[in-house]
Amino acid sequence: MTETTVGITKDLAVRAVGVGKIFPTKGGEVIALDGADLDVAAGEFVSLIGPSGCGKSTLLRLIADLDQASSGTLEIFGKPARRARVDQDYGIAFQQSGLLPWRTVAANISLPLELHGTSRSERTARVAELAELVGLSDFIDRYPDQLSGGMQQRVAIARALATRPRLLLMDEPFGALDEMTREYLQTELTRITAETGAAVVFVTHSIPEAVFLSDRVVVMSPRPGRITDVITTGLGAERDESLRESPAYFERVTAVREALHGAPIERANER
Amino acid sequence: MTAPRVPVGERTLPSWLRFVAPVVVGILMLALWILYVDVFAAAPRMLPSPTAIGAELVLRWDIIFEDMLVTATNALIGLVVGSLLAIVLAGLAATARPIDGMLTPLVAALAVVPIVAITPILNTMFGASSQFGRIAVATIAAFIPVFVNVLRGLRQTRPVHRDVLRASAATSAQTFRLLTLPTALPYLMTGLRIAASLAVIAALVAEYFGGPADGIGTAIATYAKSGRAALAWAYVVGGILIGLVFFLVTSLLERLVTRHSSV
Repeated sequence: MTETTVGITKDLAVRAVGVGKIFPTKGGEVIALDGADLDVAAGEFVSLIGPSGCGKSTLLRLIADLDQASSGTLEIFGKPARRARVDQDYGIAFQQSGLLPWRTVAANISLPLELHGTSRSERTARVAELAELVGLSDFIDRYPDQLSGGMQQRVAIARALATRPRLLLMDEPFGALDEMTREYLQTELTRITAETGAAVVFVTHSIPEAVFLSDRVVVMSPRPGRITDVITTGLGAERDESLRESPAYFERVTAVREALHGAPIERANER
Repeated sequence: MTAPRVPVGERTLPSWLRFVAPVVVGILMLALWILYVDVFAAAPRMLPSPTAIGAELVLRWDIIFEDMLVTATNALIGLVVGSLLAIVLAGLAATARPIDGMLTPLVAALAVVPIVAITPILNTMFGASSQFGRIAVATIAAFIPVFVNVLRGLRQTRPVHRDVLRASAATSAQTFRLLTLPTALPYLMTGLRIAASLAVIAALVAEYFGGPADGIGTAIATYAKSGRAALAWAYVVGGILIGLVFFLVTSLLERLVTRHSSV
C-alpha cells in the first residue's frame, strides 16, 4: 500500500475491495462472501440487507476484525481492520445486547473506557453523557436484568459509542424487539448518529428499517454471498415519523424490495 | 418498564404457608417420636426420647462444642485447601488443552475412589495422634466438585460477550479478569456449596477409622458402643449443626454471587 492511496482513502470510513470469506466445513468450503466492493464515506449511514446466508453479517464481522477476510483488501479509515480495532476506531452493537449481567448499566457503558485505562473521573463524566444521549440517566445504577429489551439495546449502543468512534457497526441491533420499540429506537438512532456524526454500517432483515435509517441500502444475495445492488435513498438528513408516511419513503421501500426479489428467483420463491 | 418476575413454582403456596408447613410437620414428627418412646415405651434402647437428647445436649454442651470445633476445623481446612487446589488446577486445565487431557481422567478416577475408605491407611501413615489423615480426606472430598464445576464455569463465556471484548481490543488478561472469571464465579459457588457438605461428612466419618481421640465422629462411636444413647444422639445433633452452618454460609455466598441472572 503506497502513501498516496492511504491519503485518498482516509476520508472513507470503510473501503472494501473484492472482499471474500470462505468457511471450511465438513462438507467442503462454504463461500460466505464473494468479491464484495463497498465504500462507506465518513458520517454516512449504510445498511446491508438480504436474506439469511447472504453474507451481510459476515461482511460486518470482517470490518470489525472479528473474523479475517480470505481475499480482497479492507481498510477502515485507511488502516487495516486489525489496526482499526486496536485503535478503537469503531464501536459495535449486536442483536443480543451482550451486556455483562454482573455489571450495572454505568459499569457496562464504561467497559471499553476501563479497558483502555481512562481515569475514573473521566469515565463517570462520559457515562453520564452517554446515558443522557440514550435517555437512560435514571437507570445507570440498575442491572441489565432489571431493564426491558429495548433499554438493554440502548445501553449496548451507549457502550458502542463510549470511545467516541467515528464508525458504528450494528448487526441487527433491533432484530429481537417488538415493532413499536423498534420504530422508537430507529428514530432515536437517527438522532444519536446525527449528534455524534459517526458513520454507520447497519445489518438488517427489514426493508422499512433499512430505508428509514440509511443514506444508501446495500442489497445482497446468498450462495455465494455477494452485493447485487446499491440503492441511494436520498431522503435527506431529517428522519422523523412523518417520513414513514411520505410517498418518497414508500417509493424507496418498493425499490429495495424489487432489488431484493430481483436477485436469484428461486430464492424469492422459497421464502 | 420491566415486568415483575414470578417463578411458576412459587404461585402455588402463599409465603407464610411455605414457612409454616415444614415447621408443623417437624413438630408433628417430634410428637410422634415422644409418644413412641416415652408414652408407649416401645422403642429400642438406642432410640432415646428427644427430650433426653435435648437434656444431654444442654448438659454436655461444653465438651460437645469442643469436639464440634475439632471436626469443623478439619472440614474447613479440607474445604479451603481442596478448593484452592481445585481452582488452580481447573484454571490450568481451562487454559491448556494438554493439561486438561492429563488432569480430567485422573479427577474422574479420583471421584470414584471411596475416599473415606483410605482413612485407616492415612492414619497409619501419619500417626494416630495426627489430624492430617482426616484433613486429607476432607481435602480430596472437597476438591472434586469444585474442580468439576470451576472447569465447567471457565468454559461458559458466551460468544457475544467474547465478541464485545474482542471488539473493544481487550487483552487476553483483561478478558480473563473481566469476562471468564466472573462467568465462572457462580459455578465456583455451586461447587463450594456441594463441597462444603462433602467436607463435613468426610471429616466426620474419617474419625470412625481411628486417629486422635477427639471430634464428633469419635464421640458418637464411643458413646454408641458404651450404650449412652442420649449422649451419642446429642453428638449427632452437634454434627448436624456443623453441616448446617457450612451449608448455610456457602448457600448465602452462592445467592449473593448469582443475584443478577444473565440477559
